[in-house]
Amino acid sequence: MQRSESDQACVMDENEIDRTLVRMAHQILEQNKGGENLALVGILTRGDILARKLAEIIYQIEGIHVPVGSLDISLYRDDTCIMNFPQLRGTDILFNIDNKTIVLVDDVLFTGRTIRAALDALMDFGRPARIQLAILVDRGHRELPIRADFVGKNVPSAANENVRLHLKDVDGYSSVTITRINPGERIGSAPIGGDHE
Amino acid sequence: MNRAANKNKVFDHKDLLSIDELSAEDIMTVLNYAKMFEEVNERTIKKVPALRGKTVCNLFLEPSTRTRGSFELAEKRLSCDTVNAGGSASSTVKGESLVDTIKTLDSMKVDMFIVRHKYAGTPYIVSQHTNAAVIDAGDGKHQHPTQALLDLYTIWKKKGSFDGLKVGIVGDIVHSRVCGSLVPALAKLGAEVTLIAPATMLPACPEVLGAAHVTANLDEALPDLDVVYMLRIQMERLEEAPFPSLREYHLLYGLTKEREPLMKQDAIICHPGPINRGVELDSYMADGSHSVITDQVFSGVCVRMALIYLLLGGANDEISA
Repeated sequence: MQRSESDQACVMDENEIDRTLVRMAHQILEQNKGGENLALVGILTRGDILARKLAEIIYQIEGIHVPVGSLDISLYRDDTCIMNFPQLRGTDILFNIDNKTIVLVDDVLFTGRTIRAALDALMDFGRPARIQLAILVDRGHRELPIRADFVGKNVPSAANENVRLHLKDVDGYSSVTITRINPGERIGSAPIGGDHE
Repeated sequence: MNRAANKNKVFDHKDLLSIDELSAEDIMTVLNYAKMFEEVNERTIKKVPALRGKTVCNLFLEPSTRTRGSFELAEKRLSCDTVNAGGSASSTVKGESLVDTIKTLDSMKVDMFIVRHKYAGTPYIVSQHTNAAVIDAGDGKHQHPTQALLDLYTIWKKKGSFDGLKVGIVGDIVHSRVCGSLVPALAKLGAEVTLIAPATMLPACPEVLGAAHVTANLDEALPDLDVVYMLRIQMERLEEAPFPSLREYHLLYGLTKEREPLMKQDAIICHPGPINRGVELDSYMADGSHSVITDQVFSGVCVRMALIYLLLGGANDEISA
């Protein structure tokens, strides 16, 4: 994959994302010796979709339904702010997380601050036996001592670049892209429904 | 003392002094955020660190139980630090002027004032002497915007939409600050409001509030209504003799078991509390299947959390993943 001067470079296409998720599902099952006592919690606003996809693949492999929840970490950020988007979407964890192995799922791992907030948020819901982290793309630039247990792909990036995942389910197409950040543009996930910039 | 406008904010206000400041879109933003905060209120640990380090001063210079309790819980569940001023323990009883009280508290670096006062316009005066955000928690007969927002939230949750919704408000319209906020807000959102009261309890120009109809006959209005909003008869004002007796008021305007057959099957009954049982509502209706009065109380915490979060949330929209 080559990067052109200013526009975006695609680092993962739809097939690659799908294959990567299958591999990650296998890794999650291997590491945890099956799907017993496992639950997936996806971080809004795309980690939740990835978590559902992983759960589906786990069902195909093992024939068991692992509980899936979604987590909105807006209220746990260390830079309390109100963004144009995404709106507060609300947390939806309808199962008891006590003594479970929780796999946190997110699309892009960057500074690690989102994960820090997600860990705090999860602790308010109970006391899981352990928490693991599954990430589709690790782009580096960590600001906190956080690492992922399951990584889809390592994508070295520059600080002035944005690494974004789009998913067919909400954006109409699936890809992971790197773009240069224009002045005034937001770092982080793309708005749901694709970029219109 | 205005903050610079920030177009990136989803809710661009410094204060909430009157419901008139909010557009229909702003109101829906608050209601949508309230829905998110509902989930927090149902957790085992009902607290999020969203506003850690922010200080909120509850300045209640008029008695209040539910509004004050509701605000205090909302603040605490957002991790705000709270300080309660006002009441018999404050310097106001030593003769300190309101402006001096505000300046004193402001010097302690308070981020928000919640103001309840018996005189209309007090929250506005407070806002003129501080950079902190100010929320009107009821001022005289003027406004009670957070009550209106929690009523709207309750109605929205039960009915799904305001468009064409028929809402009847029964009782002491002229003395009601709830009406001062609720009627214009309902009209703004597309509901059709009917004011139902004896002429002695209506303002001189009820149309200013934005009501579509005014009537003195509850029995005629009742069959059309989707929402029946019963106002509290303010016993402390009965010396002004707006009606001959409580018994007569109860017979003509009380929502009683006998009137239930007149109501739509899915009509809901709201009341801002505290209820005078046997006056505006009998116990059968207050506790019956139409009543959403306890839902209103729950909505109050959710809506106030949403509002405080939106006003204190800051303006920074640069985030990192």
